[in-house]
Amino acid sequence: MSGDYVNLLADLKEDEILKLTQQRLDANEDPMNILEDSRKGMEIVGQRFADGEYFLPELVYSGELLKQITEMVKPHLKSDAKTKRLGKVVIGTVAGDIHDIGLNIVDFMLDVNGFEVTNLGVDVAAEKFVKAVQDTKAPVVGLSGFLTPAFDAMKETVEALEKAGLRKNLKIMIGGGQMDDEVRKYAKADAYGKDAMAAVKLTKQWIGAG
Amino acid sequence: MKSENNVSRSGFLLRVFHFLPCILPSMGLYAAYYAGTNLATVMYDFDELKRAWRKYLYDFDADTYVPPVLVPPGPALEAIGYKLYKWPGHGLAESVLSYQCVEGEYMKPEEYDALIRDPSDFWLRTYLPRVFGELKAFNTLPPWTAFQEIVTGDFLPFANPEVQAGLNALMKAGMESLKWAAAVGEVAVEAMAIGFPGVMSALAKAPFDTIGDTLRGTQGIMLDIFQRPEKVHAAMEKIADIAINNALNAVANAAAPIVMMPLHKGADAFMSIKQYETFYWPTLKKVIMAFVNEGITTILFAEGSYNKRLDIIGDFPKGTVAWYFDQTDMAEAKKKIGDRCCIIGNVPTSLMMTGTPQQVKEHCRKLIEVCGKGGGYVLAGGANVDEGNPENMRAMMEAAKEYGTY
Repeated sequence: MSGDYVNLLADLKEDEILKLTQQRLDANEDPMNILEDSRKGMEIVGQRFADGEYFLPELVYSGELLKQITEMVKPHLKSDAKTKRLGKVVIGTVAGDIHDIGLNIVDFMLDVNGFEVTNLGVDVAAEKFVKAVQDTKAPVVGLSGFLTPAFDAMKETVEALEKAGLRKNLKIMIGGGQMDDEVRKYAKADAYGKDAMAAVKLTKQWIGAG
Repeated sequence: MKSENNVSRSGFLLRVFHFLPCILPSMGLYAAYYAGTNLATVMYDFDELKRAWRKYLYDFDADTYVPPVLVPPGPALEAIGYKLYKWPGHGLAESVLSYQCVEGEYMKPEEYDALIRDPSDFWLRTYLPRVFGELKAFNTLPPWTAFQEIVTGDFLPFANPEVQAGLNALMKAGMESLKWAAAVGEVAVEAMAIGFPGVMSALAKAPFDTIGDTLRGTQGIMLDIFQRPEKVHAAMEKIADIAINNALNAVANAAAPIVMMPLHKGADAFMSIKQYETFYWPTLKKVIMAFVNEGITTILFAEGSYNKRLDIIGDFPKGTVAWYFDQTDMAEAKKKIGDRCCIIGNVPTSLMMTGTPQQVKEHCRKLIEVCGKGGGYVLAGGANVDEGNPENMRAMMEAAKEYGTY
């Protein structure tokens, strides 16, 4: 039964998965089991995305299904049960840039791979990154950017983290639109990632969960 | 319509020319940076706009030139309360050198039917009130088809002060645009007089992008693919006809019969090849073929990479379509579509902005070696550059002259 559930979500069967969620809730099953199965299903979605079988439409759709499942399960949860996470990552689109499609894919992939993601959103000032790293003590930062103004904004963000004395224990990755290894050198970041899978791989390497 | 000495057309028509044309990746907003001003200034100060674009025109001995048509008139956007864009000083810092689209859900999923039934009515009474803040009361208007025969109280909705404010805002935006058009026209006429034919007369979008970028948003359209695919298809058919008509009207009054289509959500990273073939390509091809049939050249700007699309996107009559690639593998592109379509682009934006002139020139040499053989290639950037070393632009032009003479 649990295996079916995981696969129905991974295969994006909307009607079936919602029906089965309701059945499990009606049968008074521990809601945490349902959430755990959902997590496994999303992990498969992430794997299929990494393998090039799924693309953005499937990620968005699976996210929507998970949202619906969570809303159904939430009233049945006793308390805010926390799942164990591998480590923290702060991500955001740098100042002067309001694009977030790639940023949200990275958020999704890091999340389904077990990381606790603080997503600062778009047009994020350097000092906001600094504050988020201070607050969360995250060892990894991901800077996203789509347009060319992001080149300088990334450089300035790295400098701000350096100035705040946070750079030494911090790994910084960049990605998105017109970014590449040239920009990585220019911004003095640690790595450039071509896609969301690269972000996961780098984070695993750095946090030591690989 | 077809001029033999028109440089910008020569490459697209796959003619083997004695030299290789070059489009600098600075046709959008670079002139402002180059002239020591910025976008926040030239969107409002049209004397500065003219000064900057003239300086760029005369300082660079380029093969192509685009007048400041891509710089929107700030006062007009303000007059109408434009919410679809953020620009320097309006949602973005003064110093930012670009304007950017604010993605959102401007059409709800249950509104597909209204769009499909009557796109103009949907635009006027639902979509525009959402993206033009000053027109927000237009959602209270009855459809224009309500005016039929005996007219009695039919004008009453126009007595609403908010509707009147909207009409005034439209008039103000019109007057502000007139000032902008005078400035842009002055530069355009000057450029044409010294021999620049222009590289585009109209912009058009892929129907999937129209829905995905500015109606439903990325999140919305990706869900619709699964939840209401038949609506997406029906809406794209409607949008395709609109895109065709809009572009044909624009080209009819213009000097160069060229339509530029910036493509967004069909790139490799956005969808599978199956989804591309099902949702993105059919209506895009319909739009392009309408242009081909009118003798109009289409330049398709494929942002991101298009490596997985190369087997299907070259299916056009020889010399009618040009593919402008950002990060696509150019050797593959040349091999797979180069016999029918002109290919353009691929000098990396990052290199143009952070590299040295020597590195740029060397990169261009290699590109020309791969793509230039037999003609049908135009040296150009991958995407637009809004700031950066002008010497890198000159290095690109030098490379075209030095290595692109056959």
